[in-house]
Amino acid sequence: MNNRDGRAFKFGDDVNTDNIISGKREYDTLDIKGLVKYIMEDIRPDLYKEIKEGDFIVAGENFGYGSSREYAPQVIKAAGIRAVIAKSFARIFFRSSINIGLPLLECNTDLINEGDKMEIDLQSAIILNKTSNSSIKIKGFSGLPVEIVESGGLVSYYKKRGYFT
Amino acid sequence: MLSLTIAEKIISKNIGYTVRAGEYCEAKVDFIFGHDGSAPMAIQLLEENKIEKVFNPNKIGFILDHNSPAPNSKVSNLHKMVQSFAERHQCHFFNVGEGICHQIILEKGFALPGTIVIGSDSHSCTYGAFNVFSTGVGSTDLAMILATGRVWLRVPETIKIKITGKLPGAVYSKDLILYIIKQLKANGANYKAIEFCGDTLSYLSMDARFAISNMAVSVGAKTGLMVIDKKSIEWAKAHNISFADSVYPDENAEYIKVVEIDASRLEPQIAIPHNIDNVTSITELEGTKIDQAFIGTCANGMLEDLEIAAGILKNKIVKPGVKLIVGPASKRIYLEAVKKGIMEVLVKAGAIILPPGCGPCTGTHLGIPADGDNVISTGNKNFIGRLGNAKASIYLASPASVALASVKGKISDPRKENIYEQ
Repeated sequence: MNNRDGRAFKFGDDVNTDNIISGKREYDTLDIKGLVKYIMEDIRPDLYKEIKEGDFIVAGENFGYGSSREYAPQVIKAAGIRAVIAKSFARIFFRSSINIGLPLLECNTDLINEGDKMEIDLQSAIILNKTSNSSIKIKGFSGLPVEIVESGGLVSYYKKRGYFT
Repeated sequence: MLSLTIAEKIISKNIGYTVRAGEYCEAKVDFIFGHDGSAPMAIQLLEENKIEKVFNPNKIGFILDHNSPAPNSKVSNLHKMVQSFAERHQCHFFNVGEGICHQIILEKGFALPGTIVIGSDSHSCTYGAFNVFSTGVGSTDLAMILATGRVWLRVPETIKIKITGKLPGAVYSKDLILYIIKQLKANGANYKAIEFCGDTLSYLSMDARFAISNMAVSVGAKTGLMVIDKKSIEWAKAHNISFADSVYPDENAEYIKVVEIDASRLEPQIAIPHNIDNVTSITELEGTKIDQAFIGTCANGMLEDLEIAAGILKNKIVKPGVKLIVGPASKRIYLEAVKKGIMEVLVKAGAIILPPGCGPCTGTHLGIPADGDNVISTGNKNFIGRLGNAKASIYLASPASVALASVKGKISDPRKENIYEQ
């Protein structure tokens, strides 16, 4: 993760996988890059035009609720989003993001507004909100998910352990 | 002796040492499957990483259900990709028209009580009603399980939901789970397992119980477990499935929460657009105009659901202008419904019968609503755009409520129809 400032795109609670990428878009293709233009289309059309590499999606509780479709985290990653920051994440979205190496940060997102410029300091586990000039503590993950993320995702994790040589 | 929940017991037995809620482990997967929506991405990942072998073809299944028959050539090419992978590796394969993955996994005996079954579909928690620790994952998990036979898991804490009393007439297990979702909210059991128990379950058929566990994920749960009893044993025998390894929770097992539900006073429930936990009594919405009704999906496309619908639709017709779409969850169910005369009742009433599969629930075909349409469905997701049009609204209800709405052309209370005896 580089430390350039990113901008926040703010969403509410229970943003679901169909919101992130609609079923009608994803079922006939494996071209994830080609799906980026449909990100959040039903709840925030044209979001893809605003996103710049290194920006953040910020949300409330239960982000990624709904389906198991991995297109959801894959499209967010392909759009250039540096991390998703939310109060909590839905289980399947959480594990798929870990598996593909999309950073998820849990914290009190009430302190982040639409358009805020932010910087992440992972070593101190804080988000620096440069717009409001405040810092927010990130809740840490522990255990196996951290090992998987540090390996660079699930495929690398197994490769490291000598599974596919 | 440690006291364990069902989830702790099944996982501990699988890995060979005792684990408790909160611990991470790597379990051996007893069965894994993917469908046409999730398998192509997994197959591509395996190919990119030049992984040529699967861990055990007998423990792997592929089902083409999400977009079947294919609505366009891009989909049929993905179907072909999945089919040739399955054939090349000699895995179980179920082609277009065989049915919805979850129904097939159950009918074919791939999900055995006391085992761990993983599916790359969120509703894989359905088999919890048959004492299976089953849960949904994404495509990278699917790919890595295909290759290694292993899955990383965090042993979940368990919420116990005790349901007592007999459901009133015209109130079904769908109403019960919608009511539970309303109580727990969409993230009320996130990362957790649920154990459903209480005497209400003993009155319910396996079809009705599967409809409950199917929506455990709607409150975020990893799985929705039940114990094996007389009815599940009968069901197992009828399907020639072993229940020898079934698991019961220990008396002093630790639950992080116990929720008690009185089923005896429950009213028919309905989920309002566009959130699953936005649930109310159907009486609140009586009279809301309906343009399309859909009976099907992995939640409620089972034989009992079609039978309930036929009970309402016998000697009646779907209101002119309204579409009633029915999707049996499997070929086996379809055939049974034909034999029992259910299909004749449905077709005479004006129902459109879909091939076994997910039908319009994937939002790509077979019943995409028009702008401004109200759809009432027995499905499990009412998200905006779920049926392929973000300008339509989706209500979720029991098969009885859906069938009745199709006749009346509006949301109606099935208790007011005098055809119920219970």
